[in-house]
Amino acid sequence: MVPYVAIAVLFVLSTGVAVMIMMVGSLFGPRRPTPRKLMPYESGMVPVGRAMQRMPIRFYLIATLFIIFDIEVIFLFPWALVYRQLGVFGLLEMFTFLALLVAGFVYVWRKGALEWE
Amino acid sequence: MERFLAQNWTVIQPALFLVFTGLIVLLVDLWLKEEEREWLAYFSLVGFGGAGVIVVRQWLAVRGLETPITGFGGMMVLDTLGLLFQMLFFLVGFLAVLLAPGYLTRRRLQRGEFYALLLFSTAGMSLLAGAQDLIMLFLGIEVLSIPLYILAGFARPRLDSEEASLKYFLLGAFATGFLLYGTALLYGATGTTAFEALRASEAAAAPRENVMFMAGIALLLVGLGFKISMAPFHQWTPDVYEGAPTPVTAFMVAATKAGGMVALIRLLYWGLGPADDVWRPLLGVLAAVTMTWGNVGALLQRNVKRMLAYSSIAHAGYLLIGVLSGGVGFVAVLVYLLIYALTNLGAFGVILLLEDGEREALDIESYRGLARFHPGAALLMSVFLLSLAGFPPTAGFFGKFLLFTAGISAGLTWLVVVAVLNSVLSVFYYARVIVKMYMQEPVETPAFSRSWLVAGALAVAAVGVVLLGLYPTVVVRLITA
Repeated sequence: MVPYVAIAVLFVLSTGVAVMIMMVGSLFGPRRPTPRKLMPYESGMVPVGRAMQRMPIRFYLIATLFIIFDIEVIFLFPWALVYRQLGVFGLLEMFTFLALLVAGFVYVWRKGALEWE
Repeated sequence: MERFLAQNWTVIQPALFLVFTGLIVLLVDLWLKEEEREWLAYFSLVGFGGAGVIVVRQWLAVRGLETPITGFGGMMVLDTLGLLFQMLFFLVGFLAVLLAPGYLTRRRLQRGEFYALLLFSTAGMSLLAGAQDLIMLFLGIEVLSIPLYILAGFARPRLDSEEASLKYFLLGAFATGFLLYGTALLYGATGTTAFEALRASEAAAAPRENVMFMAGIALLLVGLGFKISMAPFHQWTPDVYEGAPTPVTAFMVAATKAGGMVALIRLLYWGLGPADDVWRPLLGVLAAVTMTWGNVGALLQRNVKRMLAYSSIAHAGYLLIGVLSGGVGFVAVLVYLLIYALTNLGAFGVILLLEDGEREALDIESYRGLARFHPGAALLMSVFLLSLAGFPPTAGFFGKFLLFTAGISAGLTWLVVVAVLNSVLSVFYYARVIVKMYMQEPVETPAFSRSWLVAGALAVAAVGVVLLGLYPTVVVRLITA
């Protein structure tokens, strides 16, 4: 239990400090709202339309495929870092992995999941 | 290169073979026309057959060894228990594929993914059979389950199939959460996920002093209990078994239960052996609850698939007696699972043939007077149902006999008494179907489809059920040799 006490103290302290800073800001800070300041923040763009609107279902498939392939490709980075230490072992393992990835890609392609129309 | 080879690939050779065949099926399917897809079924038969040959050869090689072969840093083991279970999985897969092509073609569902997913799911079971690590156990369970979530919904856009898929997926994912949480807690309590180290850990020697360890065991039992549909985690079973396409149901009833059982045996005896005073009483009570709940549930069903689903819950309860008995109990579990698999595949094969235009004739009333029009089918169904009920001289009687004697020799007499009473109860609903088939006038001529492949599967199942009932000791001697 003892090593976790420090974490609990840290948790309480950080929450306390955050709450305190926000309270001090809202109590003593000046507040002069303008319509522009109250606008939702969209990285500097003027917001267009409402947040809740209908999206084409095709994005769902594309997003799913993106996530799957993206995560699989991320596995290549650690391999690239330790490529020299792993040697032929890593190479063979990675080629097996890539072969499976390509099989999935061929499947998706032939099934027409990449066609927009 | 040395490290690549040092992994001892033989331990996952059958699983690799299945995955490879599955990938070929998946890719070849992309260039096939609808009417050519039936060839994929024959190809996946080669997959299951080939994996079976690999496993039999491994079994012959491993049989005499003192210490079993391990691979992947001790995460997998190659021993007779695992190999025998794998033979069972591949047999079930083979027979399930035989049931499928005609059914799929008639419903315009003939797609290569069906066979590929069946192969992938069986590969997961094959990994489970040799698991020696909590991570491997989790991996096996997931590889087994994810294809089944899709297969349950394969009859899309039929609503009950979609419902089955979604229900199975949501509840299955929830159960997986329990499994993972249990794994994390055991790791927290002992600092390891390997079964060997778990067995030797201080926490396992004195589990009652370690709350985290106890909670981990409980959560793992919930997760695995879901997979074998142990009460009270069985609620998904009737809906999923009813909604899934019949060949998938047949596969799930026979194979998934066996997969869950081998996972349970590996975890409890290889991983948590010393802590058995914790899980033994718990599992004993749950076994009694499971068989009673399953049988009472089956009494109330009007739909044949739902009835067999509840009966499969009851059979999970009987099987837990064998798991609890240990040693000879494992032989009993294996033989019982083999008999149970053949019987259920046969029964679902008959259900599948009794087709009524768009849907199978699933209501119990549609079995009225079947014997008059299709005496062969009625006879087969009767044999399978009697075997499920445990009537001599069918194989089911012998399976129950083995389980119950193992239970008594392990001192579980009270549980065996509950099981015997339950078997008596179960006769009622099995016999009800037989009475309908032989002693009641038909409402209308039952529609019936014919298929050579299904006939082959039925023949294998029927011959197996009869022969195992007449010469039961042969298979036991083969297993224990």
